Amino acid sequence: MAQHVVPPKIYFAVFTALIVLTATTTAISFLDLGPWNTVVALGIAFLKATLVALFFMHVKYSPPLTRIVIAGGLFWLAILLALTLSDFLTRGWLAVS
Amino acid sequence: MADARAPAAAPSDASVTHAGPRDLQHHFDTMEQQRDASSLGMWVFLVTEILFFGGLFLAYTVYRSEYARAFAEASRHLDITLGTFNTVVLIVSSLTMALAVFSAATGRRRALLVLLIATMVLGGVFLGVKAVEYGHKFHDHLVPGPHFRFPGPYARQAEIFYSLYFAMTGLHAAHMIVGIGILTVLVLQARKGRYGPAYYTPVEVSGLYWHFVDIVWIFLFPLLYLIGRHIH
Amino acid sequence: MSSALVAPPESKHPVEPRVNYLNATYGVKSWLLTRDHKRIALLYLASITFFFFLGGLFALLIRLELLTPAGDLVQSQTYNKLFTMHGVIMVFFFLIPSIPAVLGNFLIPMMIGAKDLAFPRLNLLSWYIYMVGATFTLWAVVHGGVDTGWTFYTPYSTASSNTHVIATAVGIFITGFSSILTGLNFIVTIHTMRAPGLTWFRLPLFVWSHYATSLIFVLATPVIAVTLLMVAVERLFHLGIFDPRLGGDPILFQHLFWFYSHPAVYIMVLPAMGVVSELVTTFSRKNIFGYKFVAFASIGIAVLGFLVWGHHMFVSGQSVYAGMIFSLLSFLVAIPSAVKVFNWTATMYKGSISYRTPMLYAFGFIGLFTIGGLTGLFLATLGVDVHVHDTYFIVAHFHYIMVGGAIMGYLGGIHYWWPKISGKLYPEAWARFAALVIFLGFNLTFFPQFILGYLGMPRRYHAYPPEFQVLNVMSTAGASILGAGYLMPMVYLVWSMRYGKAAPANPWGSTGLEWDTPSPPPTENFAVTPVVTDEPYHYSPGEVEIVG
Repeated sequence: MAQHVVPPKIYFAVFTALIVLTATTTAISFLDLGPWNTVVALGIAFLKATLVALFFMHVKYSPPLTRIVIAGGLFWLAILLALTLSDFLTRGWLAVS
Repeated sequence: MADARAPAAAPSDASVTHAGPRDLQHHFDTMEQQRDASSLGMWVFLVTEILFFGGLFLAYTVYRSEYARAFAEASRHLDITLGTFNTVVLIVSSLTMALAVFSAATGRRRALLVLLIATMVLGGVFLGVKAVEYGHKFHDHLVPGPHFRFPGPYARQAEIFYSLYFAMTGLHAAHMIVGIGILTVLVLQARKGRYGPAYYTPVEVSGLYWHFVDIVWIFLFPLLYLIGRHIH
Repeated sequence: MSSALVAPPESKHPVEPRVNYLNATYGVKSWLLTRDHKRIALLYLASITFFFFLGGLFALLIRLELLTPAGDLVQSQTYNKLFTMHGVIMVFFFLIPSIPAVLGNFLIPMMIGAKDLAFPRLNLLSWYIYMVGATFTLWAVVHGGVDTGWTFYTPYSTASSNTHVIATAVGIFITGFSSILTGLNFIVTIHTMRAPGLTWFRLPLFVWSHYATSLIFVLATPVIAVTLLMVAVERLFHLGIFDPRLGGDPILFQHLFWFYSHPAVYIMVLPAMGVVSELVTTFSRKNIFGYKFVAFASIGIAVLGFLVWGHHMFVSGQSVYAGMIFSLLSFLVAIPSAVKVFNWTATMYKGSISYRTPMLYAFGFIGLFTIGGLTGLFLATLGVDVHVHDTYFIVAHFHYIMVGGAIMGYLGGIHYWWPKISGKLYPEAWARFAALVIFLGFNLTFFPQFILGYLGMPRRYHAYPPEFQVLNVMSTAGASILGAGYLMPMVYLVWSMRYGKAAPANPWGSTGLEWDTPSPPPTENFAVTPVVTDEPYHYSPGEVEIVG
């Protein structure tokens, strides 16, 4: 596997996007969107993280195993969150005397 | 089968041609195998870090869902300007780190040194700002423990928010400090001309670590700083 | 590539051996600063053996106390410390590292035709990290121990206990990184350093099971690490993350704790299953039945094992809906384990079975693991668990798996690979006798505990109603026999290092790359990287004479 060298102009483009997204997320937090504030904030965070991963961390140019490893980590975090929340979010469902 | 003690025969891959024997560890057969192993190793390590921080993210998620209002009120006392500034600082540091890897890969030795040092300085700035923020919290009696004071009915839940704030940003800061330590080692090695197009794996995998720590902050920032603007 | 007929055994006092990994360099520094995975395996062997006997000492004290219904040997506070230290030491400092750190470290590079693991220095660091963590915990033991149970439930551990919780938690936290780095090393090694021709489906099942175990190492251990960190911080700064009086939820701790600790039990049993796959094939002289099923079952156990942790929390106050989900998932995880048991059995069918010591341990594993596993299904059933939770039924269940399963797998593996590791043959008659003593002692210790638990005797109590005494006495008698049984291999294995017959390269006539090297192997394992063309376990019954 030859090593891929990413040209700096891509880094600068990603950097610009990241700064714009940061400014956006801070600005949007001042608008009252109700529950959507959280959704938008996390959505922007995921987008930023994806850009950092794909370009700064070279995931875009990495072998499939790298993506499987990352997906695995995220999936396992999701298991931890989902199954634990399955407890906390359903506690009130059954009326217990 | 090639005797692994001798350097690998040079195929058309230019990165191998100039690799000296000292760069190829004896238990690997080729530089490529060594590189693949190092890279996979760092990625697997980063997965462990996802789960390590993940425990705290879980605690945050559970209590945020239970104490939404208290958390929002508590979050208001964080300085959104400093938080945003720090986010930008880390993003710049990721840029300098990525450019440092590029410099190593293309043999730009001086640029490599400058960029590594710039990354370290930016990391230091981040930590400095965090220290200032922690100082403010101490001043405002928002450090959990016997001196914690929070006006209103949500004091206990706000204390949980701040416990998580300090735990999560503290753990993150500890990772930054380690990262700066790693960069120090890289700088010392880079000064000796250790890294070039044939061998720069340590710079690359250290970059992966640094970017990961940036990504953690990318999530910490909105979760801790941006949820308190509107209380419902 | 199996060897043909092997050379006759050498004389009792072998001539000076050729250079191998044991004698290549001399001196304490050459061992403490080694990068050789085989030497690191032996460093671990020494450490975990020490902790095994320390944990066993606590078990002995527990069983002595339980000889009589009254709590008369020790105070209840002390008893709490005894079962806590027993659990902490056996789980974290013996069982979790045991097979992976000793046999995995020693064998994985050899089984894949490599000279070492991917990161030899990290491997040595893993051992040092283990030792540092162990030192913290030993410090705590010597200074009065911990009394929270190995489970560290909050808020007792964070707010009320007066014992050395932080030191112990820090010790386990540190040692956890030893696990994480070992798992990382194995994963990278297996992905990147397999010999030419060694495709994934030509790997020995021992390697598959260690790969699956390593997935658990890297995904689960960080969570217990951060959780124990939170416990230490909460205790130190009087926080309330897990304290209901301060707005926290103790069940959150339990979720975090068991997210690791359930997969941890698969860390403890999967490597033993890998050993059993090797033993069953060798000593039936037959290819494994359903290789791919067994390989995928290892991965299946690792993955499904992450989805079931709430079955430890059925009566904790967890939502009953979550309980139902965890119960269903717990039934599912039994399936890949059962697949393995069926496939081992089918492997033995019409095989040419020889009852050497390793095979005796394999039989022991299969039978006892089956009992332990089936009782696990009882516990996965919500209604039954409500009745037997926190009783001796649970204690019996997990000891059947951990001791009847994992430790038997460990001993089977130690005996099987002993000729390769030490270059000597252990005395077969004594070894068989010890295996028998261990099997009998084990069952006498733990079977009565199923009955005790079902009848209602709670765990972690040092006093009990007099009608339970007979069963308790049986259990203690069994424990003494078991202890004696464990001492025997200590004696004869050490004896064999000096006085045992010299072992040939392949005393069992096994397939597998590790048997292509001399016993003991040279430091670099293979002078030339082998090329693999055979399928695994390509046995033909009756062709090879077993010399060992």
